[in-house]
Amino acid sequence: MDWRTQWKALLFLLTGFLVSFYLPVGSLRFDHAVLEAFHLVRWYAREHVLLCLVPALFIAGAIGVFVSQAAVMRYLGPRANKVLAYGVASISGSVLAVCSCTVLPLFAGIYRMGAGLGPAAAFLYSGPAINILAIILSARILGIEIGVARAVGAILFSVVIGLAMHFIFRKEEQAKAEAAAYLPEPEVRRPLGHNALYFASMVAVLVFANWGRPEQASGLWHAVYGVKWMLTSLAAAALAVMLVAWFGLSWRRALLAAVPVIGLALIFPRQPMIPFAGAVFMLSAVTSTAGGEMEEWFATSWTFAKQILPLLLMGVFVAGILLGRPGEEGLIPSQWVTRAVGGNSLGANLFASIAGAFMYFATLTEVPIVQGLIGSGMGKGPALALLLAGPALSLPSILVIRSVMGMRKTVVFIALVVVMATISGLVFGALF
Amino acid sequence: MKIQILGTGCPKCHQLEQNARLAVSQLGLNAEVERVSDIREIMKFGVMMTPGLAVDGQVKSAGKVLSVEDVRKLLQP
Repeated sequence: MDWRTQWKALLFLLTGFLVSFYLPVGSLRFDHAVLEAFHLVRWYAREHVLLCLVPALFIAGAIGVFVSQAAVMRYLGPRANKVLAYGVASISGSVLAVCSCTVLPLFAGIYRMGAGLGPAAAFLYSGPAINILAIILSARILGIEIGVARAVGAILFSVVIGLAMHFIFRKEEQAKAEAAAYLPEPEVRRPLGHNALYFASMVAVLVFANWGRPEQASGLWHAVYGVKWMLTSLAAAALAVMLVAWFGLSWRRALLAAVPVIGLALIFPRQPMIPFAGAVFMLSAVTSTAGGEMEEWFATSWTFAKQILPLLLMGVFVAGILLGRPGEEGLIPSQWVTRAVGGNSLGANLFASIAGAFMYFATLTEVPIVQGLIGSGMGKGPALALLLAGPALSLPSILVIRSVMGMRKTVVFIALVVVMATISGLVFGALF
Repeated sequence: MKIQILGTGCPKCHQLEQNARLAVSQLGLNAEVERVSDIREIMKFGVMMTPGLAVDGQVKSAGKVLSVEDVRKLLQP
């Protein structure tokens, strides 16, 4: 027996056995935490997946397919106007970094071959932070103020961080890359107005389907709530018309999709989830088999779904076990959370920023985790600080950034992210 | 003929590599298909948006996952 080749198997079995032997089943806190995890998973599945995540996935897929990345890259390439480059870098994350692994080559490219360190740093920060799915889910689950603050904070501070990096390292000459940047020619696409209305109709579906019940039974908010499904249907109908008129979907397919949905709506007038689910199903069915751009759109959304939904499920489960639903206890006692990150002190915000910077969050998992933390007593300021520092950085990504920028610049970058996140948290916590 | 797929390793890069290999075998070309994953090597090609595809050292496409058909059109003399 050669133990040198067997030690891993031994370790695995031993660990598994010890964990199972000492499993705290039967202890109140543990049992409750496990149940909380299941409660939370079910709540997400019922409340958020169909009405919120699925439309958001279609929107994200549409961005990937219909917004011309080549056109955006012109603003970040070697001949770009430097001032404009900052603005573009800070908001184009969603458009350019459609696949999360493209952030790093893009960053490296912009830094060495394109507009330079400043816009590259701005892009590096904002890319993961302005993930459209994350913003939508944050707004939905953590509240619209946090969703908006997250988006605004990410854009604003990416510019600040980019400028700061440029200023701090202005005396260093960039080693020019040997090759000229290869920028693909922007393909001729449909008019901007068509694209804009197409996105607007999908956003309208998302917004109206998720319109919340207000507390007062009067006023504009309530009036809209009363007719939300009518508005959702109108937006969906507009989308269908646009797909046929401008995006090449055959009217036969559109009709094939629309008829069952209308039927379901008439049969189940009091259960809007049913026709909504039917609409999602039919849209998927007719686009995934249509060929051309429609199929590309669906395929991109589907790829996102495959990448994101399993991780989100795991993230929700972990958040449930560790922190429980809002108002409930998980494995981590609420007092610990309140003491570390409750209120809006400098210490709380700083702790949240630093923890966020080094912790790894798979896409979207920061939302259920922050939700759990808020439910266990985390202040809103520190929550925003964590959301601004978390997705942008993690220990693995820091190591790769270091290989492109070098240790000094990486350390400064991290410090800037932590400082910006802390300040944003303090301000937000004070205002809300 | 040397075909290089430029990408750090996400599903899109794998897909492009698969499509390229399929195109090569369909055309019956005597071509080598190589994967370049190191960021610094990728930058030497001037490619900022992965996945990218280069034929005999020249970048032919970047930022798109070319279909088998597209790759065939590129490789046909």
